[in-house]
Amino acid sequence: MAEFLGINLFGLFGQLLVGLINGSFYALLSLGLAIIFGLLKIINFAQGAIYMLGAFLAYLALQYLGISYWAALIVVPLVVGLLGILMERFLIRPIANEDHLYSLLLTFGVALVLQGLFTHLFGSSGMSYPIPEAFSGGIKLPFMYLPNYRAWIVVASLVVCVGTWWMIEKTKLGAYLRAGTENPALMQAFGINVPLMVTLTFGFGVALAGFAGVMAAPVYSVSPDMGSNLLIVVFAIVVIGGMGSIGGAIITGLGMGIVEGLTKYFYPEASNTVIFLVMVIVLLIKPAGLFGKEA
Amino acid sequence: MSTNHTSADHTNNTRREKLRISDLHAFYGESHILHGIDLSIGQGELVTLLGRNGAGRSTTLKAIMNMVGRRSGSIVINGTETINMAAHKIAHLGMGFCPEERGIFSSLNVEENLMLPPAVRSDGVSVDEIYEMFPNLYERRFSQGTRLSGGEQQMLALARILRTGANILLLDEITEGLAPVIVQKLAEVLMQLKARGLTILLVEQNFRFAAPIADRHYVMEHGHIVEEVHAHELIEKTELLNTYLGV
Repeated sequence: MAEFLGINLFGLFGQLLVGLINGSFYALLSLGLAIIFGLLKIINFAQGAIYMLGAFLAYLALQYLGISYWAALIVVPLVVGLLGILMERFLIRPIANEDHLYSLLLTFGVALVLQGLFTHLFGSSGMSYPIPEAFSGGIKLPFMYLPNYRAWIVVASLVVCVGTWWMIEKTKLGAYLRAGTENPALMQAFGINVPLMVTLTFGFGVALAGFAGVMAAPVYSVSPDMGSNLLIVVFAIVVIGGMGSIGGAIITGLGMGIVEGLTKYFYPEASNTVIFLVMVIVLLIKPAGLFGKEA
Repeated sequence: MSTNHTSADHTNNTRREKLRISDLHAFYGESHILHGIDLSIGQGELVTLLGRNGAGRSTTLKAIMNMVGRRSGSIVINGTETINMAAHKIAHLGMGFCPEERGIFSSLNVEENLMLPPAVRSDGVSVDEIYEMFPNLYERRFSQGTRLSGGEQQMLALARILRTGANILLLDEITEGLAPVIVQKLAEVLMQLKARGLTILLVEQNFRFAAPIADRHYVMEHGHIVEEVHAHELIEKTELLNTYLGV
Protein backbone atom coordinates (compact mmCIF):
# COMPACT_ATOMS: atom_id res chain seq x y z
CA MET A 1 0.00 0.00 0.00
CA ALA A 2 2.81 2.36 0.81
CA GLU A 3 4.58 1.56 -2.45
CA PHE A 4 3.26 2.51 -5.87
CA LEU A 5 5.38 2.11 -9.03
CA GLY A 6 8.41 2.02 -6.80
CA ILE A 7 7.54 5.29 -5.11
CA ASN A 8 7.42 5.42 -1.35
CA LEU A 9 4.04 7.09 -0.84
CA PHE A 10 4.74 7.91 2.81
CA GLY A 11 7.88 9.76 1.86
CA LEU A 12 6.28 11.49 -1.13
CA PHE A 13 3.19 12.71 0.71
CA GLY A 14 5.29 13.72 3.69
CA GLN A 15 7.41 15.96 1.46
CA LEU A 16 4.34 17.23 -0.35
CA LEU A 17 2.89 18.30 3.00
CA VAL A 18 6.09 20.06 4.00
CA GLY A 19 6.04 21.75 0.60
CA LEU A 20 2.44 22.80 1.04
CA ILE A 21 3.20 24.31 4.45
CA ASN A 22 6.25 26.19 3.19
CA GLY A 23 4.11 27.24 0.24
CA SER A 24 1.48 28.64 2.60
CA PHE A 25 4.08 30.93 4.14
CA TYR A 26 5.48 31.85 0.72
CA ALA A 27 1.96 32.74 -0.39
CA LEU A 28 1.20 34.90 2.67
CA LEU A 29 4.50 36.78 2.41
CA SER A 30 4.48 37.29 -1.34
CA LEU A 31 0.85 38.40 -1.18
CA GLY A 32 1.81 41.14 1.28
CA LEU A 33 4.72 42.16 -0.94
CA ALA A 34 2.48 42.24 -4.03
CA ILE A 35 -0.14 44.44 -2.35
CA ILE A 36 2.47 46.90 -1.11
CA PHE A 37 4.31 46.95 -4.42
CA GLY A 38 1.06 47.58 -6.30
CA LEU A 39 0.19 50.81 -4.56
CA LEU A 40 3.53 52.13 -3.27
CA LYS A 41 5.76 50.78 -6.07
CA ILE A 42 8.36 49.85 -3.49
CA ILE A 43 9.71 46.44 -2.66
CA ASN A 44 9.40 46.02 1.09
CA PHE A 45 12.64 44.40 2.15
CA ALA A 46 11.44 44.53 5.75
CA GLN A 47 8.70 41.97 5.06
CA GLY A 48 10.87 39.09 6.30
CA ALA A 49 11.95 40.93 9.45
CA ILE A 50 8.31 41.78 10.13
CA TYR A 51 7.40 38.11 9.79
CA MET A 52 10.11 37.41 12.37
CA LEU A 53 8.73 40.22 14.54
CA GLY A 54 5.28 38.60 14.36
CA ALA A 55 6.68 35.28 15.56
CA PHE A 56 8.64 36.97 18.37
CA LEU A 57 5.66 39.04 19.50
CA ALA A 58 3.59 35.86 19.73
CA TYR A 59 6.37 34.21 21.73
CA LEU A 60 6.86 37.18 24.07
CA ALA A 61 3.11 37.64 24.53
CA LEU A 62 2.80 34.03 25.62
CA GLN A 63 5.89 34.11 27.87
CA TYR A 64 5.33 37.41 29.64
CA LEU A 65 1.67 38.27 29.28
CA GLY A 66 0.11 34.85 29.04
CA ILE A 67 -1.60 35.79 25.77
CA SER A 68 -2.73 32.58 24.08
CA TYR A 69 -2.02 31.54 20.50
CA TRP A 70 -5.58 32.38 19.47
CA ALA A 71 -5.46 35.87 20.89
CA ALA A 72 -2.02 36.37 19.37
CA LEU A 73 -3.37 35.39 15.96
CA ILE A 74 -5.61 38.48 16.13
CA VAL A 75 -3.60 40.89 18.29
CA VAL A 76 -0.15 40.44 16.75
CA PRO A 77 -1.19 41.28 13.17
CA LEU A 78 -2.99 44.36 14.54
CA VAL A 79 0.09 45.51 16.45
CA VAL A 80 2.37 44.77 13.51
CA GLY A 81 -0.05 46.52 11.14
CA LEU A 82 -0.01 49.57 13.39
CA LEU A 83 3.80 49.59 13.36
CA GLY A 84 3.59 49.36 9.57
CA ILE A 85 1.28 52.36 9.50
CA LEU A 86 3.75 54.36 11.60
CA MET A 87 6.63 53.20 9.40
CA GLU A 88 4.84 54.32 6.21
CA ARG A 89 3.70 57.61 7.67
CA PHE A 90 6.99 58.70 9.27
CA LEU A 91 9.74 56.87 7.37
CA ILE A 92 8.54 56.08 3.86
CA ARG A 93 6.23 59.00 3.10
CA PRO A 94 8.87 61.72 3.57
CA ILE A 95 10.92 60.12 0.75
CA ALA A 96 7.96 58.86 -1.30
CA ASN A 97 8.63 61.38 -4.07
CA GLU A 98 12.28 60.44 -4.41
CA ASP A 99 13.53 57.56 -6.53
CA HIS A 100 11.96 54.30 -5.28
CA LEU A 101 15.47 52.99 -4.72
CA TYR A 102 15.63 55.14 -1.57
CA SER A 103 12.53 53.58 -0.03
CA LEU A 104 13.84 50.15 -0.96
CA LEU A 105 17.09 50.87 0.86
CA LEU A 106 15.11 52.28 3.77
CA THR A 107 13.07 49.11 4.18
CA PHE A 108 16.28 47.10 3.91
CA GLY A 109 17.71 49.22 6.74
CA VAL A 110 14.61 48.65 8.86
CA ALA A 111 15.02 44.90 8.31
CA LEU A 112 18.65 45.00 9.46
CA VAL A 113 17.80 47.10 12.53
CA LEU A 114 14.98 44.76 13.57
CA GLN A 115 17.05 41.65 13.02
CA GLY A 116 20.03 43.15 14.85
CA LEU A 117 17.86 44.25 17.74
CA PHE A 118 16.37 40.80 18.25
CA THR A 119 19.75 39.09 17.90
CA HIS A 120 21.08 41.44 20.57
CA LEU A 121 18.16 40.80 22.92
CA PHE A 122 17.56 37.09 22.42
CA GLY A 123 20.65 35.65 20.73
CA SER A 124 20.42 33.70 17.54
CA SER A 125 19.74 30.23 18.90
CA GLY A 126 15.97 30.34 18.55
CA MET A 127 13.03 29.80 20.88
CA SER A 128 10.32 27.21 20.69
CA TYR A 129 6.62 27.98 20.82
CA PRO A 130 4.24 25.20 21.92
CA ILE A 131 1.68 23.92 19.46
CA PRO A 132 -1.74 25.11 20.66
CA GLU A 133 -3.58 22.37 22.53
CA ALA A 134 -6.54 22.30 20.17
CA PHE A 135 -4.17 21.14 17.43
CA SER A 136 -2.04 18.62 19.30
CA GLY A 137 -1.99 15.18 17.74
CA GLY A 138 -2.90 14.37 14.18
CA ILE A 139 -4.91 12.26 11.82
CA LYS A 140 -3.67 8.96 10.45
CA LEU A 141 -4.50 8.89 6.76
CA PRO A 142 -4.00 5.71 4.67
CA PHE A 143 -0.81 7.05 3.11
CA MET A 144 0.51 9.49 5.70
CA TYR A 145 0.28 10.95 9.19
CA LEU A 146 -1.16 14.47 9.14
CA PRO A 147 -0.38 16.57 12.23
CA ASN A 148 -3.41 18.72 13.02
CA TYR A 149 -1.48 21.97 13.36
CA ARG A 150 0.06 21.53 9.91
CA ALA A 151 -3.35 20.99 8.40
CA TRP A 152 -4.50 24.15 10.17
CA ILE A 153 -1.62 26.16 8.67
CA VAL A 154 -2.62 25.19 5.15
CA VAL A 155 -6.33 25.83 5.72
CA ALA A 156 -5.88 29.14 7.59
CA SER A 157 -3.41 30.54 5.04
CA LEU A 158 -5.67 29.56 2.19
CA VAL A 159 -8.63 31.26 3.87
CA VAL A 160 -6.64 34.45 4.49
CA CYS A 161 -5.16 34.45 0.96
CA VAL A 162 -8.46 33.78 -0.79
CA GLY A 163 -10.23 36.29 1.46
CA THR A 164 -7.65 38.95 0.60
CA TRP A 165 -7.88 38.12 -3.10
CA TRP A 166 -11.67 38.36 -2.95
CA MET A 167 -11.52 41.69 -1.13
CA ILE A 168 -9.16 43.16 -3.72
CA GLU A 169 -10.71 41.73 -6.87
CA LYS A 170 -14.42 41.71 -6.02
CA THR A 171 -15.28 44.56 -3.65
CA LYS A 172 -15.62 48.33 -3.95
CA LEU A 173 -12.72 48.80 -1.54
CA GLY A 174 -10.62 46.57 -3.78
CA ALA A 175 -11.67 48.59 -6.83
CA TYR A 176 -10.29 51.70 -5.11
CA LEU A 177 -7.06 49.85 -4.48
CA ARG A 178 -6.74 48.58 -8.06
CA ALA A 179 -7.59 52.00 -9.49
CA GLY A 180 -5.21 53.71 -7.05
CA THR A 181 -2.48 51.34 -8.21
CA GLU A 182 -3.05 52.45 -11.81
CA ASN A 183 -3.61 56.18 -11.49
CA PRO A 184 -3.37 57.67 -7.99
CA ALA A 185 -3.58 61.29 -9.22
CA LEU A 186 -6.95 60.70 -10.88
CA MET A 187 -8.24 58.92 -7.79
CA GLN A 188 -7.40 62.04 -5.79
CA ALA A 189 -9.31 64.12 -8.32
CA PHE A 190 -12.29 61.81 -7.79
CA GLY A 191 -12.21 62.70 -4.10
CA ILE A 192 -10.39 59.69 -2.68
CA ASN A 193 -7.84 60.23 0.07
CA VAL A 194 -4.99 58.36 -1.62
CA PRO A 195 -2.28 59.07 1.00
CA LEU A 196 -4.53 57.53 3.67
CA MET A 197 -5.21 54.56 1.39
CA VAL A 198 -1.47 54.08 0.87
CA THR A 199 -0.82 54.11 4.62
CA LEU A 200 -3.58 51.61 5.37
CA THR A 201 -2.51 49.36 2.49
CA PHE A 202 1.05 49.28 3.76
CA GLY A 203 -0.27 48.47 7.23
CA PHE A 204 -2.37 45.63 5.82
CA GLY A 205 0.44 44.16 3.71
CA VAL A 206 2.74 44.22 6.72
CA ALA A 207 0.04 42.74 8.97
CA LEU A 208 -0.12 39.74 6.62
CA ALA A 209 3.56 39.09 7.38
CA GLY A 210 2.85 39.45 11.10
CA PHE A 211 0.04 36.91 10.76
CA ALA A 212 2.39 34.52 8.94
CA GLY A 213 4.88 34.98 11.78
CA VAL A 214 2.36 33.90 14.42
CA MET A 215 1.35 30.91 12.28
CA ALA A 216 5.00 29.95 11.91
CA ALA A 217 5.99 30.22 15.59
CA PRO A 218 4.83 26.69 16.58
CA VAL A 219 6.43 24.93 13.58
CA TYR A 220 9.65 26.79 12.93
CA SER A 221 12.13 27.86 15.55
CA VAL A 222 11.50 31.51 16.55
CA SER A 223 14.83 33.15 15.77
CA PRO A 224 16.00 36.56 14.53
CA ASP A 225 17.12 35.25 11.14
CA MET A 226 13.99 33.22 10.35
CA GLY A 227 12.70 36.04 8.15
CA SER A 228 15.83 36.81 6.17
CA ASN A 229 16.23 33.15 5.21
CA LEU A 230 12.67 32.98 3.98
CA LEU A 231 12.62 36.35 2.24
CA ILE A 232 15.22 35.43 -0.39
CA VAL A 233 13.02 32.57 -1.53
CA VAL A 234 9.94 34.77 -1.38
CA PHE A 235 11.60 37.34 -3.65
CA ALA A 236 12.34 34.60 -6.17
CA ILE A 237 8.67 33.60 -5.97
CA VAL A 238 7.51 37.17 -6.50
CA VAL A 239 9.71 37.37 -9.59
CA ILE A 240 8.31 34.07 -10.89
CA GLY A 241 4.71 35.12 -10.27
CA GLY A 242 5.13 38.61 -11.66
CA MET A 243 5.25 41.81 -9.61
CA GLY A 244 1.93 43.20 -8.50
CA SER A 245 -0.35 40.29 -9.41
CA ILE A 246 -2.43 39.35 -6.36
CA GLY A 247 -3.71 35.99 -7.59
CA GLY A 248 -0.30 35.28 -9.11
CA ALA A 249 1.44 35.78 -5.76
CA ILE A 250 -0.85 33.28 -4.04
CA ILE A 251 -0.76 30.59 -6.73
CA THR A 252 2.98 30.87 -7.27
CA GLY A 253 3.65 30.79 -3.52
CA LEU A 254 1.76 27.55 -3.01
CA GLY A 255 2.96 26.08 -6.30
CA MET A 256 6.62 26.73 -5.58
CA GLY A 257 6.23 25.19 -2.11
CA ILE A 258 4.94 22.03 -3.76
CA VAL A 259 7.68 22.07 -6.41
CA GLU A 260 10.22 22.36 -3.62
CA GLY A 261 8.59 19.46 -1.73
CA LEU A 262 8.57 17.22 -4.80
CA THR A 263 12.21 18.01 -5.47
CA LYS A 264 13.05 17.10 -1.90
CA TYR A 265 11.62 13.65 -2.56
CA PHE A 266 12.91 12.95 -6.05
CA TYR A 267 16.25 14.78 -6.02
CA PRO A 268 16.94 16.22 -2.55
CA GLU A 269 20.28 17.74 -3.61
CA ALA A 270 18.44 20.31 -5.75
CA SER A 271 15.72 21.22 -3.26
CA ASN A 272 17.42 24.43 -2.13
CA THR A 273 18.04 25.64 -5.65
CA VAL A 274 15.00 24.47 -7.57
CA ILE A 275 13.01 27.69 -7.01
CA PHE A 276 15.90 29.79 -8.31
CA LEU A 277 16.21 27.48 -11.27
CA VAL A 278 12.51 27.99 -12.03
CA MET A 279 13.07 31.73 -11.65
CA VAL A 280 15.84 31.73 -14.24
CA ILE A 281 13.73 29.71 -16.69
CA VAL A 282 10.68 31.94 -16.21
CA LEU A 283 12.77 35.09 -16.64
CA LEU A 284 14.20 33.74 -19.89
CA ILE A 285 10.79 32.82 -21.32
CA LYS A 286 8.46 35.39 -19.76
CA PRO A 287 10.43 38.27 -18.24
CA ALA A 288 7.33 39.86 -16.66
CA GLY A 289 6.65 36.67 -14.68
CA LEU A 290 3.95 34.05 -15.04
CA PHE A 291 1.08 36.37 -14.06
CA GLY A 292 2.69 39.78 -14.61
CA LYS A 293 1.70 42.19 -17.35
CA GLU A 294 4.28 42.92 -20.03
CA ALA A 295 5.46 46.49 -19.66
CA MET B 1 -23.98 80.17 -36.37
CA SER B 2 -24.46 81.23 -32.79
CA THR B 3 -27.97 82.63 -32.93
CA ASN B 4 -29.60 79.64 -31.25
CA HIS B 5 -27.62 79.89 -28.08
CA THR B 6 -27.00 83.54 -27.47
CA SER B 7 -30.17 84.37 -25.62
CA ALA B 8 -28.68 83.36 -22.28
CA ASP B 9 -25.38 85.14 -22.72
CA HIS B 10 -26.50 88.56 -21.70
CA THR B 11 -27.60 87.38 -18.29
CA ASN B 12 -24.18 85.97 -17.40
CA ASN B 13 -23.39 88.64 -14.90
CA THR B 14 -26.48 88.00 -12.84
CA ARG B 15 -25.85 84.24 -12.63
CA ARG B 16 -24.50 82.67 -9.50
CA GLU B 17 -20.74 82.35 -9.83
CA LYS B 18 -19.62 78.69 -9.60
CA LEU B 19 -15.93 79.11 -10.28
CA ARG B 20 -13.69 82.16 -9.99
CA ILE B 21 -9.99 82.00 -10.67
CA SER B 22 -7.77 84.99 -9.93
CA ASP B 23 -4.07 85.40 -10.65
CA LEU B 24 -3.50 81.65 -10.88
CA HIS B 25 0.11 80.57 -11.34
CA ALA B 26 1.06 76.91 -11.74
CA PHE B 27 4.41 75.17 -11.78
CA TYR B 28 5.71 71.73 -12.68
CA GLY B 29 9.02 71.49 -10.87
CA GLU B 30 11.01 74.48 -12.12
CA SER B 31 8.80 75.22 -15.11
CA HIS B 32 6.33 78.04 -14.71
CA ILE B 33 3.31 77.01 -16.81
CA LEU B 34 0.45 79.36 -15.90
CA HIS B 35 1.22 83.08 -15.55
CA GLY B 36 -1.69 84.65 -13.73
CA ILE B 37 -4.95 83.27 -15.08
CA ASP B 38 -8.22 85.11 -14.34
CA LEU B 39 -11.54 83.61 -15.29
CA SER B 40 -15.02 83.20 -13.96
CA ILE B 41 -17.90 80.89 -14.79
CA GLY B 42 -21.53 81.24 -13.75
CA GLN B 43 -23.99 78.48 -13.04
CA GLY B 44 -25.24 76.69 -16.14
CA GLU B 45 -22.62 78.24 -18.40
CA LEU B 46 -20.62 76.26 -20.90
CA VAL B 47 -17.25 77.92 -21.35
CA THR B 48 -14.34 76.74 -23.45
CA LEU B 49 -10.60 77.18 -23.17
CA LEU B 50 -9.23 77.49 -26.69
CA GLY B 51 -5.62 77.67 -27.74
CA ARG B 52 -2.79 75.79 -29.32
CA ASN B 53 -1.16 72.74 -27.80
CA GLY B 54 1.02 73.75 -24.87
CA ALA B 55 -0.86 76.99 -24.24
CA GLY B 56 -1.69 75.84 -20.69
CA ARG B 57 -5.32 74.78 -21.13
CA SER B 58 -5.00 71.28 -19.65
CA THR B 59 -2.75 72.65 -16.93
CA THR B 60 -5.49 75.12 -16.00
CA LEU B 61 -7.91 72.23 -15.43
CA LYS B 62 -5.32 70.25 -13.51
CA ALA B 63 -4.42 73.28 -11.42
CA ILE B 64 -8.09 73.66 -10.47
CA MET B 65 -8.02 70.02 -9.27
CA ASN B 66 -4.68 70.56 -7.48
CA MET B 67 -2.95 68.04 -9.71
CA VAL B 68 0.04 70.21 -10.59
CA GLY B 69 3.31 70.48 -8.71
CA ARG B 70 2.66 73.89 -7.15
CA ARG B 71 0.07 76.62 -7.60
CA SER B 72 -0.61 80.09 -6.24
CA GLY B 73 -3.33 82.71 -6.57
CA SER B 74 -6.96 82.06 -5.83
CA ILE B 75 -9.48 79.45 -6.96
CA VAL B 76 -12.94 79.89 -5.48
CA ILE B 77 -15.34 77.00 -6.10
CA ASN B 78 -18.95 77.52 -5.04
CA GLY B 79 -17.80 80.28 -2.73
CA THR B 80 -15.02 78.22 -1.09
CA GLU B 81 -11.37 79.19 -1.48
CA THR B 82 -9.47 76.02 -2.50
CA ILE B 83 -5.92 77.14 -3.20
CA ASN B 84 -4.65 75.41 -0.06
CA MET B 85 -7.12 72.53 -0.12
CA ALA B 86 -5.94 68.88 -0.33
CA ALA B 87 -6.52 67.38 -3.78
CA HIS B 88 -8.95 64.73 -2.59
CA LYS B 89 -11.25 67.32 -0.98
CA ILE B 90 -11.83 69.37 -4.13
CA ALA B 91 -14.11 66.83 -5.84
CA HIS B 92 -16.44 67.01 -2.85
CA LEU B 93 -17.25 70.63 -3.71
CA GLY B 94 -19.13 69.24 -6.70
CA MET B 95 -16.27 69.03 -9.20
CA GLY B 96 -16.07 66.37 -11.90
CA PHE B 97 -12.82 66.03 -13.85
CA CYS B 98 -12.47 64.17 -17.12
CA PRO B 99 -8.77 63.96 -18.07
CA GLU B 100 -7.45 64.19 -21.61
CA GLU B 101 -6.23 60.58 -21.58
CA ARG B 102 -9.72 59.62 -20.30
CA GLY B 103 -8.29 57.69 -17.36
CA ILE B 104 -10.27 54.49 -17.80
CA PHE B 105 -8.85 51.88 -15.43
CA SER B 106 -7.75 48.69 -17.17
CA SER B 107 -7.95 46.60 -14.00
CA LEU B 108 -11.65 47.47 -13.61
CA ASN B 109 -14.55 46.45 -15.82
CA VAL B 110 -16.92 49.01 -17.34
CA GLU B 111 -19.40 48.91 -14.49
CA GLU B 112 -16.66 49.09 -11.84
CA ASN B 113 -15.22 52.10 -13.67
CA LEU B 114 -18.63 53.70 -13.71
CA MET B 115 -19.27 53.08 -10.02
CA LEU B 116 -15.74 53.99 -8.89
CA PRO B 117 -15.77 57.71 -8.07
CA PRO B 118 -17.61 58.35 -4.82
CA ALA B 119 -20.75 60.50 -4.99
CA VAL B 120 -19.94 64.13 -4.25
CA ARG B 121 -23.53 65.37 -4.26
CA SER B 122 -26.81 63.56 -3.83
CA ASP B 123 -28.55 64.31 -7.13
CA GLY B 124 -26.26 62.55 -9.59
CA VAL B 125 -27.46 60.97 -12.81
CA SER B 126 -28.74 57.48 -11.95
CA VAL B 127 -27.10 54.40 -13.40
CA ASP B 128 -30.30 53.56 -15.30
CA GLU B 129 -30.32 57.00 -16.85
CA ILE B 130 -26.66 56.69 -17.79
CA TYR B 131 -27.25 53.36 -19.50
CA GLU B 132 -30.21 54.95 -21.31
CA MET B 133 -27.98 57.83 -22.42
CA PHE B 134 -25.15 55.46 -23.48
CA PRO B 135 -26.66 52.06 -24.42
CA ASN B 136 -23.25 50.77 -25.52
CA LEU B 137 -21.97 50.99 -21.97
CA TYR B 138 -24.83 48.80 -20.74
CA GLU B 139 -24.15 46.15 -23.37
CA ARG B 140 -20.47 46.06 -22.50
CA ARG B 141 -20.76 46.61 -18.75
CA PHE B 142 -18.76 43.47 -17.88
CA SER B 143 -15.95 44.14 -20.39
CA GLN B 144 -12.56 45.33 -19.25
CA GLY B 145 -12.65 49.14 -19.25
CA THR B 146 -9.84 49.64 -21.73
CA ARG B 147 -11.28 47.11 -24.20
CA LEU B 148 -13.91 49.67 -25.19
CA SER B 149 -13.55 51.73 -28.35
CA GLY B 150 -12.19 55.26 -27.97
CA GLY B 151 -15.69 56.73 -28.22
CA GLU B 152 -17.11 54.33 -25.66
CA GLN B 153 -14.22 55.05 -23.29
CA GLN B 154 -14.92 58.76 -23.63
CA MET B 155 -18.59 58.20 -22.84
CA LEU B 156 -17.60 56.10 -19.84
CA ALA B 157 -15.22 58.80 -18.60
CA LEU B 158 -18.01 61.35 -18.88
CA ALA B 159 -20.73 59.07 -17.46
CA ARG B 160 -18.57 58.25 -14.46
CA ILE B 161 -18.43 61.85 -13.25
CA LEU B 162 -22.12 62.46 -14.03
CA ARG B 163 -23.06 59.63 -11.67
CA THR B 164 -21.22 61.36 -8.79
CA GLY B 165 -23.56 64.32 -8.96
CA ALA B 166 -20.75 66.72 -9.80
CA ASN B 167 -22.30 69.95 -11.09
CA ILE B 168 -19.14 71.66 -12.28
CA LEU B 169 -17.50 69.62 -15.02
CA LEU B 170 -13.93 70.09 -16.24
CA LEU B 171 -13.66 68.28 -19.57
CA ASP B 172 -10.31 67.98 -21.32
CA GLU B 173 -10.34 67.37 -25.09
CA ILE B 174 -13.28 65.01 -25.02
CA THR B 175 -13.67 64.89 -28.82
CA GLU B 176 -10.03 64.17 -29.58
CA GLY B 177 -9.60 61.36 -32.09
CA LEU B 178 -13.29 60.45 -32.22
CA ALA B 179 -15.50 59.80 -35.25
CA PRO B 180 -17.86 62.65 -36.28
CA VAL B 181 -20.97 60.70 -35.33
CA ILE B 182 -19.64 60.28 -31.76
CA VAL B 183 -18.60 63.92 -31.58
CA GLN B 184 -22.18 64.78 -32.53
CA LYS B 185 -23.47 62.51 -29.76
CA LEU B 186 -21.18 64.22 -27.23
CA ALA B 187 -22.46 67.64 -28.33
CA GLU B 188 -26.02 66.45 -27.68
CA VAL B 189 -25.05 65.13 -24.26
CA LEU B 190 -23.37 68.42 -23.33
CA MET B 191 -26.49 70.34 -24.37
CA GLN B 192 -28.60 68.03 -22.17
CA LEU B 193 -26.26 68.64 -19.23
CA LYS B 194 -26.38 72.37 -19.77
CA ALA B 195 -30.16 72.19 -19.80
CA ARG B 196 -29.98 70.46 -16.41
CA GLY B 197 -28.09 73.47 -15.09
CA LEU B 198 -24.61 71.95 -14.97
CA THR B 199 -21.63 74.25 -15.30
CA ILE B 200 -19.02 73.13 -17.82
CA LEU B 201 -15.46 74.22 -18.52
CA LEU B 202 -14.33 72.58 -21.73
CA VAL B 203 -10.81 72.39 -23.12
CA GLU B 204 -11.29 71.89 -26.82
CA GLN B 205 -9.22 71.71 -29.95
CA ASN B 206 -12.21 71.13 -32.22
CA PHE B 207 -13.59 74.64 -32.60
CA ARG B 208 -16.45 73.51 -34.82
CA PHE B 209 -17.63 71.27 -31.98
CA ALA B 210 -17.28 73.96 -29.35
CA ALA B 211 -18.63 77.03 -31.18
CA PRO B 212 -22.32 76.12 -31.44
CA ILE B 213 -22.68 74.86 -27.86
CA ALA B 214 -20.54 77.27 -25.81
CA ASP B 215 -21.64 80.51 -24.19
CA ARG B 216 -18.18 81.99 -23.98
CA HIS B 217 -14.63 81.21 -25.01
CA TYR B 218 -11.33 82.06 -23.36
CA VAL B 219 -8.32 82.00 -25.64
CA MET B 220 -5.02 80.98 -24.04
CA GLU B 221 -1.48 81.51 -25.20
CA HIS B 222 1.79 80.86 -23.36
CA GLY B 223 0.06 80.41 -20.01
CA HIS B 224 -1.99 83.62 -20.26
CA ILE B 225 -5.61 84.28 -21.16
CA VAL B 226 -5.32 86.61 -24.13
CA GLU B 227 -8.92 86.99 -25.24
CA GLU B 228 -12.46 86.45 -24.04
CA VAL B 229 -15.06 85.95 -26.76
CA HIS B 230 -18.81 85.75 -26.19
CA ALA B 231 -20.85 83.48 -28.44
CA HIS B 232 -22.56 86.47 -30.09
CA GLU B 233 -19.17 88.00 -30.99
CA LEU B 234 -17.94 84.91 -32.80
CA ILE B 235 -18.60 86.16 -36.30
CA GLU B 236 -16.93 89.54 -35.86
CA LYS B 237 -13.94 87.95 -34.08
CA THR B 238 -13.44 85.01 -36.43
CA GLU B 239 -10.32 86.54 -37.95
CA LEU B 240 -8.77 87.13 -34.55
CA LEU B 241 -9.55 83.59 -33.38
CA ASN B 242 -8.03 82.14 -36.52
CA THR B 243 -4.83 84.01 -35.81
CA TYR B 244 -4.66 82.72 -32.25
CA LEU B 245 -5.62 79.16 -33.04
CA GLY B 246 -3.68 78.92 -36.25
CA VAL B 247 -6.56 77.29 -38.14
